[in-house]
Amino acid sequence: MNRLLDTVPRRAIWALVALLALLLVAPAAVSPYLLSALVLMLYFACVGQSWNLMMGFAGLLSLGHALYAGLGGYVAAALWVHFGIGPWLGAPVAALIAAAAGGVIGALAFRFRVGGVYFALLTIAFAEFTRIGFEHFDWVGGAGGFFLPVAAQADPIDLRGGPILFYYLLLALTACLFLLCRGLSTSRIGYYWIAIREDEEAARALGIDVTHYKLLAITLSAALTALGGTIIAFYGNVLSPGDAFGAQRSIEMILAPLVGGIGTLFGPLLGAAALSLLGEGLRWAIDAAGIQLPGLTQLVYGVVLLLVVRFLPHGIWPALARRLRLER
Amino acid sequence: MAASVYLNVAASGILTGLVYGLMALGLNVIFGVVRIVNFAHGEMMMVALYAVILAWSAWGIDPLWLLIPLAACFFLIGYGLQRGLINPFMTRPEHSQFILLVAIGMILSNGALLLFGPEARGVQLAYQLDSIEFGPLLIDKARLYAGLAALAASAALFAFFRLSRTGLAIRAYADSQRGALVVGLDLRHLFAIAFGLGTACVGAAGAMLSLLIDVTPSVGPAYTLLAFIIVIIGGLGSFGGALLGGVLIGLAEALAGLILLPSMKSMVSFGLLILVLLLRPQGLFGRRT
Repeated sequence: MNRLLDTVPRRAIWALVALLALLLVAPAAVSPYLLSALVLMLYFACVGQSWNLMMGFAGLLSLGHALYAGLGGYVAAALWVHFGIGPWLGAPVAALIAAAAGGVIGALAFRFRVGGVYFALLTIAFAEFTRIGFEHFDWVGGAGGFFLPVAAQADPIDLRGGPILFYYLLLALTACLFLLCRGLSTSRIGYYWIAIREDEEAARALGIDVTHYKLLAITLSAALTALGGTIIAFYGNVLSPGDAFGAQRSIEMILAPLVGGIGTLFGPLLGAAALSLLGEGLRWAIDAAGIQLPGLTQLVYGVVLLLVVRFLPHGIWPALARRLRLER
Repeated sequence: MAASVYLNVAASGILTGLVYGLMALGLNVIFGVVRIVNFAHGEMMMVALYAVILAWSAWGIDPLWLLIPLAACFFLIGYGLQRGLINPFMTRPEHSQFILLVAIGMILSNGALLLFGPEARGVQLAYQLDSIEFGPLLIDKARLYAGLAALAASAALFAFFRLSRTGLAIRAYADSQRGALVVGLDLRHLFAIAFGLGTACVGAAGAMLSLLIDVTPSVGPAYTLLAFIIVIIGGLGSFGGALLGGVLIGLAEALAGLILLPSMKSMVSFGLLILVLLLRPQGLFGRRT
C-alpha cells in the first residue's frame, strides 16, 4: 500500500477520492440517458487503460485490440447461451482465451522479429481475420449477430439488469485497473517494460528477458481488455462480428488514451471523459438545433483528435498535470 | 465447373488487381520515401471515387477522362498535406503519425457521410455491360479499360522515377538519407513530392475503380487495409512488388470468391498477409535489408 501512495502528492489523493465519490453517487443524480453515456465512458476508460498497459508501458502498438474485447464478449456469451455457464465464471475463461490469443500473436511476432509498423499491421490483420472468421461461425450467430436472452427481472448472477448494475461493475473494473496499473508502474515489471520501450537492445544487454516481458504485456493487456469486453457484451445483449472485431472499433478503443495521454495512468480516464463530454455535448447541440446530420459527431472527433495530436502531442493529461502541479 | 470459368475469373481478378496495385503503389511510394504509413489511404481513394461520381452525374464525364486531371488534383492535395500538416510529424514517434492520419481519415469519411449520405453510389456507363472475347475468355470492357489504364499510370510513374531529375533525387534519398542531405537535397520539397505522387496514384486508381465498384463513405478502411496487404506481400519499397502484389491479391480474391464464398475472399488476403509478415517480412519481391 505504501508503494502505491508514496510519491503521490496529497492533493492528488484527495482529488482522486473526491472523483471516486462523485462517480459513486452519480447514478442517483443523472437521467437514464446520461447513465448509459457514463457506462460507455467507463467502458472506454477500461479498455483504454488495458491497451495503455501494452502501448504506454511496453511500447507495443496494437491496432487490433477489438480482437480481445470481441473474444471476451463472444466467449463469455457463448458459454452462457450454449452451456449455461454464467458470466462470473465465463469472464475469467474469456480472459484466459483472449490472453492465449494475445500470447500466440505475440509469440509469432517476437519469434519472427516483427516490430514497429509491421507489428501494428499484424495486430490489424489478426483482428480482421477473426472478424471474417466469426462472420462464418454460425455457432455464435455468424454475420447476423449473436443475441443474449433478455431476462424479465434483474439477476446479477447472470449479469442481467439495468444500466446501474453495469455502471458499478465497470466503475469497479476501472478502479481495479487503475490500481493495478499504478502498482505495475512502480514494480520491477513496470520498470522492465519501460526499459524495453525506451531501448530494446539496451534492455536486452542489461539481462532483461525482453521476449518474456513483452509477452507478459500483451497477454495481460489482452486478458484485461477481454474482461471489459465481457461486461459490455452482457450490457448490450448483442454481438456482431463487424461491431465487435472491426477496425473501426479498434480505433475507438484507443482514442481515449491517445487523447488523454499515452503511458500515463490518468490519460485513459481523462481521455474517455473528454471524448464522452464532447460527444454528448455535440449530440445535445445537434438536437437543440433540430437538425439531423449523420457523421457530424465523428467528424468533430476527427478534428479534435487532429488538434490534440498536433498541439498536445503527449495528450491532455501531461499538460494538465503540469498546470495543476499534480505530478512532480 | 468448366476450366473456362476459372480462366475468366482469373483474368478479371488480374485486371482488378492491376488497379489495386496502382493504389498500393501510392502507399509504397509514401512509405518508401517519407517513412509515413498512410492510414488514410483508403479514405483518400473514397474521396477520389466521389469526385468521379460527381463529375459523371453533373456533366456526364466518363471516368476514364478523369484519370489525369484527378491524379493532378490529388498530387496537389498530397503535396499541400505533407507540407502543411504532416511535415511537423516527421520526427515524432510512429503512433503520433498514426493518430494524425487516422484523424484525417475520420474527417474525410465522415465529411463524405455528411455531404453525400450513407447510400451507395456508382457510375452507369453503356460499356460497363459490354465484354470482349479473346478465344475462350470473355472480359468485361470496363475492367479491361481500368486494368490497362492502371498499368499505363504505373508505367508513367516508373518512367518518372527513372528518367526525371526529381525522380532520381527521390530514389537517391530512399537509398541513402545521409548522402541526400550531404549533396543538399531539399528534403521538405522531396517529401511533399513523394507524398503527392502517392496520393496521385490514389486519385488515378479511384478514377479506374469507379468503373468496377459502388462507393459509400465507409469503404475507406477496407481499401487502406487492402493497400497494406498488397504492399507488405509485394515488399515495402519495391516498385514492381506493389503491382505484382496487387495482381496476386486480385487473383487470390477472385478465385477465393469462386472456390470458397465471396464473403470469405478477404480472409484469404489477411491470411496471406499474416503468413508473409511472419515468414518473409521483406515481402515476396522485396530484398532483405
